[in-house]
Amino acid sequence: MKQYANVITAYAIMISLIILVGIFQSWNIAFSIFNLCLISAVMTMGANIQWGYAGLINFGIMGYTALGGLAAVLVSVPPVREAWQVGGLSMLFCLLVIVLIVFSIRYVLKNFQKSKRKNIYIASIIIIGLIILRVVSGPAIHSIEAVEPAKTGFLGGLGLPIIFSWIVGAFFAGGLAYIVGKVALGLRADYLAIATLLISEIVIAVIKHEDWLARGVKNVIGLKRPVPYEVNLQSEQWFIDLVAKWNRGVLDLISTAEEKQAALSQLVIESSSVFVKICYSGLFLIVVIILLFITQKALYSPWGRMMRAIRDNEEAANAMGKNVVKQHLLIFILGSAIVGIAGAMMVTHDGLFTPGSYRPMRYTFLIWVMVIVGGSGNNFGAILGGFAVWFLWIEAAPIALFLINLFTSGLADTNTFKLHLIDSVPYFRFLMMGIGLLLIMRYRPKGILPEKINIK
Amino acid sequence: MDFLNAIILLLNYIFVPALAYGSQLALGAIFVTLIYGILRFANFATGDMMSFGTMVAILFTWYFQSLGISLGVLPTALLAIPLAVVFMILYMLTIDKFVFSYYRIKKSPPVQLAMVSIGVMFVTQAIVRIIIGPFDRRFFDGEKFIIKANQFKEMTGLNEGLTIKSTQVITIFLTIIVVSILFWFLNKTKTGKSMRAYSDNEDLALLSGIDPKRVVMITWMIAGILATIGGVLYGLDKSFKPFTYFNNMLPIFAAAIVGGIGNPFGAFLGGYVIAFSEIFLTYAYKKFFMYVLPESMEPNSLIQLLSTDYKFAVSFSILVVVLLFRPSGIFKGKIL
Repeated sequence: MKQYANVITAYAIMISLIILVGIFQSWNIAFSIFNLCLISAVMTMGANIQWGYAGLINFGIMGYTALGGLAAVLVSVPPVREAWQVGGLSMLFCLLVIVLIVFSIRYVLKNFQKSKRKNIYIASIIIIGLIILRVVSGPAIHSIEAVEPAKTGFLGGLGLPIIFSWIVGAFFAGGLAYIVGKVALGLRADYLAIATLLISEIVIAVIKHEDWLARGVKNVIGLKRPVPYEVNLQSEQWFIDLVAKWNRGVLDLISTAEEKQAALSQLVIESSSVFVKICYSGLFLIVVIILLFITQKALYSPWGRMMRAIRDNEEAANAMGKNVVKQHLLIFILGSAIVGIAGAMMVTHDGLFTPGSYRPMRYTFLIWVMVIVGGSGNNFGAILGGFAVWFLWIEAAPIALFLINLFTSGLADTNTFKLHLIDSVPYFRFLMMGIGLLLIMRYRPKGILPEKINIK
Repeated sequence: MDFLNAIILLLNYIFVPALAYGSQLALGAIFVTLIYGILRFANFATGDMMSFGTMVAILFTWYFQSLGISLGVLPTALLAIPLAVVFMILYMLTIDKFVFSYYRIKKSPPVQLAMVSIGVMFVTQAIVRIIIGPFDRRFFDGEKFIIKANQFKEMTGLNEGLTIKSTQVITIFLTIIVVSILFWFLNKTKTGKSMRAYSDNEDLALLSGIDPKRVVMITWMIAGILATIGGVLYGLDKSFKPFTYFNNMLPIFAAAIVGGIGNPFGAFLGGYVIAFSEIFLTYAYKKFFMYVLPESMEPNSLIQLLSTDYKFAVSFSILVVVLLFRPSGIFKGKIL
């Protein structure tokens, strides 16, 4: 128990901070912060597996998040029959062509000696394949995008419940990680960082501009929810009864029946959105707990020991007969898959997919700040990092506003300097993140909750 | 005649813009490469440091404009560059003193320094946005064009016009001056040679009495000059927006790595490689072929290899390919 004291304290502080937000701002805000904290925690766990367990630096988190989001769209949106009719077959044919290209390249790579001829074969396969793709897909894409461009203009998805997309998202991200890992994992640490960062930008570029896939920058809105809608809740009798019971103390103070009814309906509207958020929290919490359980088990298993050995001394682990390359690839895929889950969760929570909003600042570097601040190599630390940094990210503006008002209280309200500072309040979050990261790196390089390995 | 028209077309839409853009990238790439070669880490704050320098230059430009000082046909910002450079160098040295030097003395692994540079990136970004805001700023004044399309058409009697913006000429001109001074400095002066020695083998350089503090300081000074000039030139040519500058970090990295990171000459060429391939691959060649080919063979599609949306993706793909087949870059890296 004693060894967990700092973990418990840190989490208690975090939870009470969120409760304070609930009391002083509103429960709605508190739960939306809590939900995004949970999503961030999942992302951080993914990054932590790669960085903390294996020392692999992955600056492509944004790409995997976006792929998870894409999975949410492709799973939940009902298929657009008209688009399938005009272009579906050609797109399937293109998929087949891509598979053929990949397999024929593999065939050439395996069965030919290293020579100029081999290179020419590969190059010609790629060029011919690309030309076929261009010729087949061009008109198909054109006609797909012409199908009701204001509403659909894409192939649509499978029309399944959106929850499935969390698993599909993991597979998407894992698949990309397999390709990236095969290609880039041999690179040195900082090269790997830059390569993954750029690859994630390519992924975003593709999602943004291939409108037939997920409408690109036109966004997909109104995704189905796994939880009830506020409007439906407000007319459910059991929910109204629940709200009435919960707020009995307040309602009893009101004397006239009419006013009581008005207050109750107001309360129902307010609590319905809180209730929806609580439902999401429950779902996300289940994911976080399952992942935490699995990752903790993995960390203390022989496999976890091997990963640490590889991280701390690659050559020695290699000499002991561990397949470093294979394990690196495996952990790269696993970590990215978890990030993919988080990406799908995020789109599920927002109910919309906006490829334009994926920016490296928010989805890559912020997640890295979370990992470093929380404590790399420690799952509890990673989750805490996700919570603390996201909380600060959201609450930075109010805090900055308070501080500015405090320090410039001597100045008049019309002072241009003061007004300018107040106008730029949103950017203080970057300042806080940066300074926080620098301070942690300097004075507590292992994070708030450092990695602690107790051998039983 | 048609052939001449085709050449002018390519000059106008590919060659001149790519040369200007490539020069801007090249300056940034040399900055990245110097930091990587001498301080031994990938500086993720590159784009934001450039935007800091540009911001200072813009503030001075505004100040000069309010005083009524101008350079006539040239943009006032050129006058502000020296002052901006001073501020940029001061900022970089401050950051080095309070942030980077600790890890350098501790001999932390490069990855840790790269992480620290992310912290610096956040802070710099915040400072720039707090001071000047996140909006698009144009600070160009003076004569905009050297040759206008219409003038050119009248002069030569061709169908295609050639537009040369003064910012493009200034960019190319300044880049040539800065880069040649830099190479002269690195190759001919004693300080430059000591920097190269330090980059090549730190321990040996220390043994032969090279003062590491001085080397680091001069590196930051050169970096400050490059970052400011590169940033201001980009801002003059296009416009200044902190977010764009942050994004520019990516093609700059690509240029530095393609050229062989740690090799300034490679980085210089890498900038042009990236710029030219971006524009070559995303340009629609329809009109070009209309001039060159006989009428019966005229193309009816755009003849565009990739849509312009993938402009950035092109440079990144080049980078990935280079990393795969020649991890040390086209021109062997790691020798300054």
